[in-house]
Amino acid sequence: MSLCFGALLGYASVRFKVEGDPLAEQLDALLPQTQCGQCGYPGCKPYAEAVANGEAINKCAPGGEDTIKKIAELMGVEIQPLDENHVADNTPKVAFIIEEDCIGCTKCIQACPVDAIIGTTKQMHTIIIDECTGCDLCVAPCPVDCIIMKPIELTKQNWQWDLNNIPVVQLD
Amino acid sequence: MESVIERIKKGHFWKFHGGIHPPEQKFLTSDKPIRNLPIPEQLVLPLQQHIGQAGKLLVAIGEHVLKGQALTQSSHPMAVPIHAPTSGKITNIKNAVIAHPSGLSELCLFLEPDNNDQWQQRHICPDFTQLTDHDILTKIADAGIAGMGGAGFPTHVKVNNSNKINYLIINAAECEPYITADDLLIREHCATVIDGIKILNHLLKPTHILIGIENNKPEAIKTLQQASQGIEHIQVCILPTKYPSGGEKQLIKVLTGKEITSGTLPSNQGIVMQNVATCYAIADAVINDVPLIKRVVSVSGQGLGKPQNVWALLGTPVSYLLSQCDYQNNQHKQVIMGGPMMGFTLPTDQVPIVKTSNCILAPSEQEISSQTKEVECIRCGQCADACPAQLLPQELQWSAKAKDQQQLAKLNLFDCIECGACAYVCPSQIPLVHYYRIAKAEIRQQQQLDITAEKAKLRFEARKIRLENDKKAREDKHKKAAAARKERMNSNTPIANTEKSAVAAALARVKAKKAQASAQQSTIENSTDVNAKKSNSDNAATDNSEKKTQVAAAIARAKAKKLAQKEKNQATEGIVDKPLDSVTQSTTDDKKSKIAAAVVKAKAKKIKETALQVKSDSVTKEPDNKKAVSSMDKVILESDKKAKVAAAIAKAKAKKLNEPTTDVPKNESEQSLSKSDDKKSKIAAAVAKAKARKLASKIAEPAEEQINVSIEKTNTAKPIDDKKSRVAAAIAKAKAKKQQRSESI
Repeated sequence: MSLCFGALLGYASVRFKVEGDPLAEQLDALLPQTQCGQCGYPGCKPYAEAVANGEAINKCAPGGEDTIKKIAELMGVEIQPLDENHVADNTPKVAFIIEEDCIGCTKCIQACPVDAIIGTTKQMHTIIIDECTGCDLCVAPCPVDCIIMKPIELTKQNWQWDLNNIPVVQLD
Repeated sequence: MESVIERIKKGHFWKFHGGIHPPEQKFLTSDKPIRNLPIPEQLVLPLQQHIGQAGKLLVAIGEHVLKGQALTQSSHPMAVPIHAPTSGKITNIKNAVIAHPSGLSELCLFLEPDNNDQWQQRHICPDFTQLTDHDILTKIADAGIAGMGGAGFPTHVKVNNSNKINYLIINAAECEPYITADDLLIREHCATVIDGIKILNHLLKPTHILIGIENNKPEAIKTLQQASQGIEHIQVCILPTKYPSGGEKQLIKVLTGKEITSGTLPSNQGIVMQNVATCYAIADAVINDVPLIKRVVSVSGQGLGKPQNVWALLGTPVSYLLSQCDYQNNQHKQVIMGGPMMGFTLPTDQVPIVKTSNCILAPSEQEISSQTKEVECIRCGQCADACPAQLLPQELQWSAKAKDQQQLAKLNLFDCIECGACAYVCPSQIPLVHYYRIAKAEIRQQQQLDITAEKAKLRFEARKIRLENDKKAREDKHKKAAAARKERMNSNTPIANTEKSAVAAALARVKAKKAQASAQQSTIENSTDVNAKKSNSDNAATDNSEKKTQVAAAIARAKAKKLAQKEKNQATEGIVDKPLDSVTQSTTDDKKSKIAAAVVKAKAKKIKETALQVKSDSVTKEPDNKKAVSSMDKVILESDKKAKVAAAIAKAKAKKLNEPTTDVPKNESEQSLSKSDDKKSKIAAAVAKAKARKLASKIAEPAEEQINVSIEKTNTAKPIDDKKSRVAAAIAKAKAKKQQRSESI
């Protein structure tokens, strides 16, 4: 009987083998996927892997406190405040190219981690807003400083009910 | 067990869970006819007035439009057009505050009526039974009809159903305590409503049509019963009054006993529900070709002198309706759109009436107190008893406050219809619905973020793979090319043999060059007097001239570097010294430095040019044309590179200099000035580059002709040697110059 179960377990371990590091995968799912590299790693997944291997959990600036809380819960560690070196304004933003200033150098295209910039040599470039993660990486390489980060516009769709701040204007 | 219809015929209905009985206030408006209002001075038409997508604009500012003319258009199935409610001129297209609790602005058309109320060409259809289903659906879609009960779901989508429909339910329950719009519409326009029901019957072919109406509208019930006598399978169902029996799921439960599973549509169970006002609009659209341009609005509340139902053109500002109904502008200024249970406080009274607005409520202080103080939950459980969706409001509230999204999902937050029954019965006056709305919005946003994060992840990974593949492909290509070359060389064809010999020759040349270079190195290092001796021989002379050119170039470079350094220092000093100076000062500094850089570059170029000239002049008889050409090319390449580097440095400088200045607050004109400067510098850099390139090409041409130049190359040595040799060459050059001078004297 022991042989039988042994064989069964052996088979199961092969059959239901978990691919990759499940912890890193789970951590990766918690990260905001801006791929901004502010944590010092080239993308969210490398940071997730590093955290799984004992890196500090408080380096994700775009994720902010919420992400730290979730990671802390998953890892079973204390919640830490956001790393001072990584404190950043994490209001959601998207990049915007001032098109008349763009010289078409393609440097921002090479910097964009999610291919959210369209353009080619000596042609004006532009950002696909829906794909932009607001990672800020395209701003620095621009030789003519024509990329700015704009906060995402408030619309009916992304507006949040706020009980303490219902914008009730007194009628005249 | 008796069938549904038998039960209904007997007047027996099911009951939905919970529900409340708020005080009836329908008497305020139910005894007065629907009033037609004069056309207001301005209409504001939001492009999106329903759930789904806004259409594309069809009109421009200044355009004159006719009544009923479509103003937007879209091929998207969830988009419905809007129409001009009266004839007039489009005066503006801009963002304006819309009827939404957020008080946000959206794109609106501003229409100034010309008071002619001139219709566009209409095609009246006396017999809709002649039309195909598709025609009717197109007519409904083109008329811009969206559910008028409050949700605003596009009607043509809802009635375009392939499922077998058992029950078509007409919702005339109107359970909100103040609203009487549907009541009055049935009483005054019953025939049209029945026409609408007939059209729906024609489209959907249901087994039964049930009209659900609460028993607090006796006149409407009587009218409906009379009007529907001729139709067999229509049944007017008189329901006991209980809020919220007008909710879709609640009404279905009451009439048929069926419960709609969470996350599914009633049509999956063979049920379609339409509002009475929507039926009216459908009839008007299909038969009279009148798009949805007006609706009945209950303007009610004790804050009004003359509360009444009115026919309001879409786009009519709420303030106009209030003034028409004698709004007593007292201290208490809260105006609610929608009923008191589910409505929201308007951010301003300038918002327009849209397709879904069925009520404007201007309550007095006694009716709805604006300030209620929320206290702790006492766990009485009344909210759970009142909830028509059988949720657990207090648990939802705790989870909502704790932002526990998983728990909220488990408690089926999204089944909440936001009817407000729980908040109504709460003894602690907790605004429960508000918490749910916040939580719903947060969850929706989180879902959106998850979707975008997932997309970003996929794109990031796809990019990584693409880059890796590119790299691999490049390497493979190089490897393949190398392998092909090797193979070709190894094969014993005549081409391979010549190539082999060429390679061998090249190797030999390189060796010889190296030997020469090292020899020269030693001569220069040993004594500078050697130059004088060398000048005696022809060979030495050529050496000398060659050296001269290189040395000249080196000096020019050094000068340029020094100058640039100086300029840079000056510029930075200038900024450091007077950081608080006026911006114009710093911009002029900036300009100066740029100009200086440009001058330096120009100088460097000139010197180089002369150097090259000298080089090409010093023609000797040593026939090693290949060498000459290659060296020339090298020089040209170098000069080109230099020019590029200089341009890049200039640009970088400009950028750096700009940075501190931009920190200082500027007025607009100065900003534009610096911008134009910036542009100038860019242009200058570009021009410099272009010149350098031209120069290079110019030099290349004569160089090819003068192939007899012999060159002892110090610059082919390694970079470190290069520096040394340059210094040495500089010294040598100085000496040579001296000698030349003495000779000429």
